[in-house]
Amino acid sequence: MHREDQIDRVPIPAAPPRRGTALRIGIGGPVGGGKTALVAALCRALRDDVRLAVVTNDIYTTEDADFLRRHGVLPDDRIRAVRTGCCPHTAIRDDITANLDAVEELSARHHPDLVLVESGGDNLTATFSYGLVDVQVFVLDVAGGDKVPRKGGPGVTRSDLLVINKTDLAPLVGADLDVMRRDALAVRGERPTVLISLREQPDAGPVLDWVRDQLALR
Amino acid sequence: MVSSVVLLLADSRLPTGAHAHSGGVEAAVERGLLRDASDLATFLVGRLKGSGAVVAAAAATGCLLAAPADQEPDWSRWDAAVSARTPSPAVRAASRAQGAALLRTAQRMWPSPAVASLSRLGRPHHPLVLGVLVDAAGDGPGAAALLALHHLLGGACSAAVRLLGLDPITVAAVQAGTGPAAEQAARRATQAAVEAVRRADPALLPSTGTPLLDVLAELHARAEVTLFAS
Repeated sequence: MHREDQIDRVPIPAAPPRRGTALRIGIGGPVGGGKTALVAALCRALRDDVRLAVVTNDIYTTEDADFLRRHGVLPDDRIRAVRTGCCPHTAIRDDITANLDAVEELSARHHPDLVLVESGGDNLTATFSYGLVDVQVFVLDVAGGDKVPRKGGPGVTRSDLLVINKTDLAPLVGADLDVMRRDALAVRGERPTVLISLREQPDAGPVLDWVRDQLALR
Repeated sequence: MVSSVVLLLADSRLPTGAHAHSGGVEAAVERGLLRDASDLATFLVGRLKGSGAVVAAAAATGCLLAAPADQEPDWSRWDAAVSARTPSPAVRAASRAQGAALLRTAQRMWPSPAVASLSRLGRPHHPLVLGVLVDAAGDGPGAAALLALHHLLGGACSAAVRLLGLDPITVAAVQAGTGPAAEQAARRATQAAVEAVRRADPALLPSTGTPLLDVLAELHARAEVTLFAS
């Protein structure tokens, strides 16, 4: 039994043991925004000088991993697909155990410098727990509507990097890039936002620069 | 009074990886074998009589083995006995994945010599971990067995709601209706575990199973498109 004077003192657990030294970057965002394309672009750009591993979380389990394999961006054994039981946000936020397991298993096997954890496509409120990743990127696309940054949500407002993809589609879908940029700036404060067309910039230029900066900070 | 630890262990919000496991429901749904709440009720009763007895007895065993603080049990014998009663490699992998996840969480929430000794096994079966934690909560093997069944049934119910769009209130009522059967299964499993531990003989643990669900679990693990890990 606890003594009366101890009962209000809630013990704070020690920091979780960290297995592996890799920087862990989460990549999240709604369905179809270009998360997998971004992961593929980063892998292609970084694989020659950074040891890489990828965890995918799509609801169609191996589909994203297969996309990466087909494009030959990473060898099979550096990609792990985690199934999320119809709840991609749960697997990256509320119950990160399966993803931690995958990250640690890849870390033990390959000693990567960087692990990219790609969320399954979800909604604007789905963000990563910082128990799973060190920093996170939220990927929107222009075709989803230029009002999305104004709607906010934790992915838009608090992600460490906001990527607004498919700028090449703006004239086709009647989206105003200036409005998107302005609204993102208004809700994100100091946090950076990048507008990009991964189709036109397959090296993911500004996102790649940001990732290299994060690696350098380690 | 119910211990706050047991309440946390029963709470699906506790991060233990369980949300991504359907307990065989997805494979049955995919093949049209489970279509409505009535099918789900039949499935749950079958689970209680099949692998339910194995996981409930394993949880009770974990609880009984953890109780004497002065001796470290030979966990590997009992862990191997659970494997021997789980013929599908996919189901064994699912049990070990959830055991490892629960152990990860437990090591931070309730570190203890029993948790440490079980973790030396690497990735123990889930019900053994659950049993050890129920002992740490000050509760006994009967509660451990019932808790293992609660998760077995709850995971299946939750998956059925997500996959079939069943009315969640109907499903909750179905799960509530399994209460007496689950309690009876827990009592029987606990008796078997008490006897097995008393005689230090894992062979005395129940070894019931459901071959069809084992086959479906293997097909599920090889399927191209699946939403749940098992």
